[in-house]
Amino acid sequence: MSSGASSWSFREEDYKKIQAILTAFLRESTAKTSLIVDRTGQLVATVGENPAFDAVAFASLTAADFSANDQLAKMIGEPEFGSLFHQGERESMYLADVARRVILVVLFDNRTTLGMVKLRVKSTVGELSQVFNDMFTRGTAGTAQVETGFVGEAEDEIDKLFG
Amino acid sequence: MSMINYASREINCKLVYYGPGLGGKTTNLEHVYTKVSPNARGKMISLATETERTLFFDFLPVDLGTIRGFKTRFHLYTVPGQVYYNASRKLILKGVDGVVFVADSQLERMEANIEAMQNLYDNMAQQGYDLTKTPFMVQYNKRDLPNAGSIAQLQESLNPGWPVEDPAKQKLTPDPYHEGEHLVFQKDGQWIERAPYFEAVAVTGEGVFDTLKAVSKLVIKALG
Repeated sequence: MSSGASSWSFREEDYKKIQAILTAFLRESTAKTSLIVDRTGQLVATVGENPAFDAVAFASLTAADFSANDQLAKMIGEPEFGSLFHQGERESMYLADVARRVILVVLFDNRTTLGMVKLRVKSTVGELSQVFNDMFTRGTAGTAQVETGFVGEAEDEIDKLFG
Repeated sequence: MSMINYASREINCKLVYYGPGLGGKTTNLEHVYTKVSPNARGKMISLATETERTLFFDFLPVDLGTIRGFKTRFHLYTVPGQVYYNASRKLILKGVDGVVFVADSQLERMEANIEAMQNLYDNMAQQGYDLTKTPFMVQYNKRDLPNAGSIAQLQESLNPGWPVEDPAKQKLTPDPYHEGEHLVFQKDGQWIERAPYFEAVAVTGEGVFDTLKAVSKLVIKALG
């Protein structure tokens, strides 16, 4: 059993790979923005039009939405819902599971259709899964750690902010 | 599971406030929200019922600023305390880095406290986490109420401690927050470790930042 504090890291080269995959996806699907959120509610990456909303809160709600729906799936005898769709009048969002680790969120409007987004998401999820599986395998080999001096400085900031 | 994002140069840590219903978890977050500078915190999200009971969670991101080039942020969550919301509680514990158990000091709430503490241990174990190895604090809230139990009584029931098997850790360790008390000590020939505790009156803010400061420091230490 591990403690609750095992970390994983996300490197510059991972970001570049993900950015390339998502940029191609946005071009092909004409969706507006795609975000990657991890299952604990943390925003990992944003590609495309910069969202006007609070992305940190958005990420936390996305993970909760996905987790709640996972439980609903189990109740009706499904192992999971691999994707979710929320339809709005002008803006809609499509969420898809990636490697059981992260969630791909696509924001789109009437410049494209749900069918087109779904079609393109399928291959994109495959490519992203590869990247994330590699990243998590590597993660268990060497745990992410902060550089020396970080802890002391962070403690000083905690005293200042919460003092 | 804190995440270090080298691409956006961010570190995010998740702190969860746990405890029985109406114990003051949301009040803790509300106090932090009111007192921390608006530049250092994001929007507070509350998924609550019409009667203001937390239905799913409250969420408040707090920025510590940029440290050694990394934007460091704490994500503060509360869970719903009511017994029947256990499915929601389990989801919120996913990826937790630090836990604050907010206990209601009123003696008539003792049973609810014990039940919630047992539920915390169970849910952590189900997620594959060991609470005794996770940064963990107990906050005794509502100390101002006339029917509040004594700290000794509350500690005995809610924070009796766990056995220390590692010989390297079997040494008398003073409690840095309470003079004359110990976090690791011997009882009946057995070494015991207890979670640090704080007294609080969350409605007035008393003890809220002491608790948050202590747990966030433990989380940061675990990163180093």
